[in-house]
Amino acid sequence: MAALLSSHITANAVVGLLLLGALWVARFVRRNRLWRDAFTQIARRRPLALAVCALYVSLGLIDSVAWIGGGDTGGDAVASHQPRSLLDRAFGTSRERSYSAPLARAEFYGQRPLAHPGKHLLGTDVLGRDVLFVTLKGARIALLIGGLTSLISIPLALFFGVLAGYFGKWLDDAIFFLMSVLASVPGILLLIALIMALGKSTLSVCLALGVTGWVGFCRIARGEAMKLRELDYVHAARALGVPEVRIILRHILPNLIHLIVITFVLTFSSQVLSEAVLSWINIGVDGSWGQMIAQAKDELARDPIVWWNIAGAGGGLFGLLLAINMVGDAVRDVLDPRTSKENL
Amino acid sequence: MALLEVRELTTSFPSERGRVPVVDGVSFEIRAGEVLALVGESGSGKSVSAFSVMRLVPKPGHVDRGKVVFGGRDLLTLSVPEMRAVRGHSISMIFQEPMTCLNPVLRVGDQVVEAIQLHEPVSRAAARARTLELFKKVGIPDPQERLDAYPHQLSGGLKQRVMIAMALSAQPKLLIADEPTTALDVTIQAQILELLRELQRDFGSAILLITHDLGVVNELADRIAVMYAGAIAEQGTREEVLGAPSHPYTQGLLRAMPALVKRGERLNEIPGVVPRPSDWPKGCHFCTRCPRAFEPCPDITPSETVLSPTHSVYCHAVARDLKGSPS
Repeated sequence: MAALLSSHITANAVVGLLLLGALWVARFVRRNRLWRDAFTQIARRRPLALAVCALYVSLGLIDSVAWIGGGDTGGDAVASHQPRSLLDRAFGTSRERSYSAPLARAEFYGQRPLAHPGKHLLGTDVLGRDVLFVTLKGARIALLIGGLTSLISIPLALFFGVLAGYFGKWLDDAIFFLMSVLASVPGILLLIALIMALGKSTLSVCLALGVTGWVGFCRIARGEAMKLRELDYVHAARALGVPEVRIILRHILPNLIHLIVITFVLTFSSQVLSEAVLSWINIGVDGSWGQMIAQAKDELARDPIVWWNIAGAGGGLFGLLLAINMVGDAVRDVLDPRTSKENL
Repeated sequence: MALLEVRELTTSFPSERGRVPVVDGVSFEIRAGEVLALVGESGSGKSVSAFSVMRLVPKPGHVDRGKVVFGGRDLLTLSVPEMRAVRGHSISMIFQEPMTCLNPVLRVGDQVVEAIQLHEPVSRAAARARTLELFKKVGIPDPQERLDAYPHQLSGGLKQRVMIAMALSAQPKLLIADEPTTALDVTIQAQILELLRELQRDFGSAILLITHDLGVVNELADRIAVMYAGAIAEQGTREEVLGAPSHPYTQGLLRAMPALVKRGERLNEIPGVVPRPSDWPKGCHFCTRCPRAFEPCPDITPSETVLSPTHSVYCHAVARDLKGSPS
């Protein structure tokens, strides 16, 4: 599984699918007046946060288009046989030997002159990589983690929640038991066990986060389904002879869409954060901001302090989470009938 | 031959004191193309009777006994898929609350299209054309535009028309209308009643009309069954029941009608309140409030007393009158 994932083609396919999904959603939103109005409202409330999100997404996309060969690798024999993305190519060969401060002209320790003096906006890390470059590359990883994990956990939560809420009885008992068991095992323990079992890779981390993270939304979906199944239009559908599966697909799920959208946005950011926690105990995804922070923690103890690594990763993480959370708040304000001020 | 024949139907709900029947041995029948009004006050079991016919009694209610014969088959013994094929196709239903009976996130046209495609293998375009026809037939103005409207863009009366269109989409033999006009205001009520009567003439569907509004009954019903506390008190043609009521409950009900009492006079009410299902007497359920109750009433369930081929009543006092004066 790890071999499959390390291939840039698989990763690109996943990103492509995500992009297609996003385009489909965008098309739907454009066509439907109510959703278009909702989006306009969100854009009016949080234009900056939306722009920041768009910036991160385009960064992720730039870093996703990768191919092997071509370009100047500066004589690096390994790099010339590895897929390199647009972002890699834009930064080109800018390796130093070790730490250098932002915009410095010489190395941090030893004061030897740099290969690219003054070019490193955020300095370089211990391996001499440009920190700005590494930080920007983290955007793709973060989006991948957030998106994949939400795409795993939300369908799981919906499936179990709607099943339990709609059919009730023993099915509800069984699913609720499963949820209680999951909720009672310490989350981090379960995550570690799962990642150890699946092997350390982007997909396995996302799988582990997704499989452990569906309980909260499942409870909400279950409650909503319980409420919806007693509503008149569901009774009316039953009186018309609509089969149960069709009732769920046509009458229950569409009425959960606003919750799905809200949960997607909010879990997205919390899952990115969870990955950072996993990186701290060294089972996160390679190249993520969490890993950068974990590696940079010792640098904070040095004298003079090496601060640019943690600043880059922290800034990247902070900017993304803040923007997503602000958009998430706006989404909830607009879509949740209890909080929306203007009636859509 | 009767289109629908309900025999000794008993539906109960669990309570702390065991299962309590809320519909207790109800029998009635509907002939093809006629309108039978099931009349009674709130909690008399008229809606539960209708839901029992559809086998849609809300949980934890349960049909204990009885037969619901429709088209030669007992609906209570059908398998779930067989019953599903009956619902909406042969028997369909319109509900009391048009405001909440349509899915708020789907366009109303699509909901009717769904109902049509459910029982007939027609293309979406054909179903949509049929929906447009139905919308015209139920008197929805600008039907073409309304197809793509969401429920919240329609008024209550329009929603009820959409519901009626949906219920009639498969041209059912029987339409169960559960208080179809209660939630609407008076002018709309009259329009909907007029519409139901027209459609009943055009489609030839029989209607089981469930209502507590005697005005509605007078407008629409061919025959009337009066329910009190889970049992039928009296049934007959509209003229017989409204013109010559013989059960003390029906008589009391009609005396309490504002329209029948002179101005300035007090309305005659029936003393007391409807007992709760768990407190129903063993015999006639009305005996605790009946001005004519006598010694057998609390203990023995009255049997059917036939007054005319179409008119029957369940009352010991009426039976005694008939025996006392043989005619």
